[in-house]
Amino acid sequence: MTTTTPDPLLAAEGITVRFGGLTALSDVGLAVAPGTVVGLIGPNGAGKTTLFNVVSGVVRPQHGTVAWKGRVLRAHRPHHLAGLRIARTLQGLNLFPGLTALENVMVGADRLARGGTFAMLTGLGHYHGDERRLRERAMAALEEFGVADAARALPATLPFGVQKRVALARALVADPELLLLDEPASGLSGEDITALGEAVRGFSARMGVLLVEHHMDLVMAVCDHIVVLNFGQVIAQGTPAEIQADAAVAQAYLGAAEEDSDA
Amino acid sequence: MVSLRNHESTAPAPRARRGGGPGAAGRWRALPALVRFPLAALAAFTAVLALTSLTGPAEDLRIGSVGYYMLAIAGLQLLIGYSGQVSLGHGAFMFIGAYTMALLVLHQPAFPLWLNMLLTVVVSCAAGVLVGAATARLHGPYLAGATLALAVGLPALTVRFPELLGGSNGLAFSVRGAPPALAGVVTTSQWQAAAVWLTALVGLVVLATVNAGRLGRRMRALRDDESAAALAGIPVGRTKVTAFLISAGSGGLAGACQAYLLGTATPSSFTVALSLSLLAALVLGGLGSMWGAFWGAVALVYVELWGQELAHSLSLGTNVANNLPIVFFGVLLILVILIWPQGLHGMFSRLAGLVRRGR
Repeated sequence: MTTTTPDPLLAAEGITVRFGGLTALSDVGLAVAPGTVVGLIGPNGAGKTTLFNVVSGVVRPQHGTVAWKGRVLRAHRPHHLAGLRIARTLQGLNLFPGLTALENVMVGADRLARGGTFAMLTGLGHYHGDERRLRERAMAALEEFGVADAARALPATLPFGVQKRVALARALVADPELLLLDEPASGLSGEDITALGEAVRGFSARMGVLLVEHHMDLVMAVCDHIVVLNFGQVIAQGTPAEIQADAAVAQAYLGAAEEDSDA
Repeated sequence: MVSLRNHESTAPAPRARRGGGPGAAGRWRALPALVRFPLAALAAFTAVLALTSLTGPAEDLRIGSVGYYMLAIAGLQLLIGYSGQVSLGHGAFMFIGAYTMALLVLHQPAFPLWLNMLLTVVVSCAAGVLVGAATARLHGPYLAGATLALAVGLPALTVRFPELLGGSNGLAFSVRGAPPALAGVVTTSQWQAAAVWLTALVGLVVLATVNAGRLGRRMRALRDDESAAALAGIPVGRTKVTAFLISAGSGGLAGACQAYLLGTATPSSFTVALSLSLLAALVLGGLGSMWGAFWGAVALVYVELWGQELAHSLSLGTNVANNLPIVFFGVLLILVILIWPQGLHGMFSRLAGLVRRGR
């Protein structure tokens, strides 16, 4: 919260979410400053995804606020995120199977179009310019992730690692200021995870990153700040070194205080 | 615009295009939608004019019917194939279009045809927004059920308001044919078929433009994955309603063309069977392509005709003869889908591919 920088991009404060009698989150706070990578970790069912959903406007908290660049978001919905320049990846790849890789990324770039409904319906105005602009931006994003060759292929015909890059390109093509990454390492091999870690560090030069991840080596390697959730509460936060040394974290993950390696 | 493009390439482009060389298709695709689709529509319109100059009044009527069915099916294609919303009640929008047209002709005889068509589009689009907004939260079979109810219920309005809508006999009216200056050149039926095709092709150009652009991509994205589309900033609900609006506008305009062509609007033309036929014709023609709408419309008009002729030549009993066209259509649908899941369009493009490879 105030520990990172005085002027965070995203600040969630006092978030409490109950589903019926179950308290999924209880008075949770979190802040992401520009140019930093914040990790959100915790055992299964700790409330990480619920917090992500609160930030993305999928779940509305009973208490607490989410502020974006100092402005409190009261009624935002998932489709407003792109306009706020927040990108989110989903746990699965969630590529559009009926669209080519290029078209997938062009959908991600939709925010950058200038034309309105009139142009989309009639083919007049910005229609043609928008098509060209989105196509160029999407192609550049695919090139940035080294998968430009796959532009005309349907997602199902591509290897998993390439699909993952296309999904990242789709999230990043519209130049977000905050990237929410939901378990990006799942299903990746060791080498790919190392490359992903480097990529995430690279993103942080341009934007803030909030990372939910189970893969501890990756989290420890890329994060500037880590927030640990357990049973809907923040049990620890600090630098990777502080978290690794924290007894409560070790207990939450392993159920025994004397162990200190990751899960 | 065409010549501008050609200047960019070093090859003698016009000749290469005529020769159908490998670059011609690519160059055609590179044209902006705003040029490409109207040019294609112009070519189709010329073909229809040439065709109707050879045929008699009965055939002109059938050619006109292909035109408006094509428009209705293409609108349904945008809704089902692109935005992924299944409507079993598209006949209801044709009903709205036909009755709007009939009422305008009867009560505002001074209005020109184009204005009537325009007003029909406005009315049916408004109906589409209402239905789309009401059903935006429904998916799959629930949406299909809701639209089916519309197709069942709406034509009953005619019986409820017999003074205005003419009861079960419907509304009959006469339309103006060819302008006096062209009286000796074109017949009324030729003029009507041409007017219907011109309207349908203008509608088709709009649909093709939408499909090829941002809105079409938005629709396909939300059809494939709603949450991922929302995270890309696509307003899911609004896009779904827009798809309904466009599709309803096409259906309404098709209904108006039908009323104009036949000079009547009767509730018995807009039964649930019509809605289901449109859907069947869409699947038969091929989901995912404008050509599918054309083949579907051709099948809808001519398979029924051939069925009738067959029944006539076999001198069957009326019970059998009346149902033979439907059986005919059903068998064709099953056969085509079994052999070519992409429909008639898939069949033709497969055959074209074979021919090209064989050369």
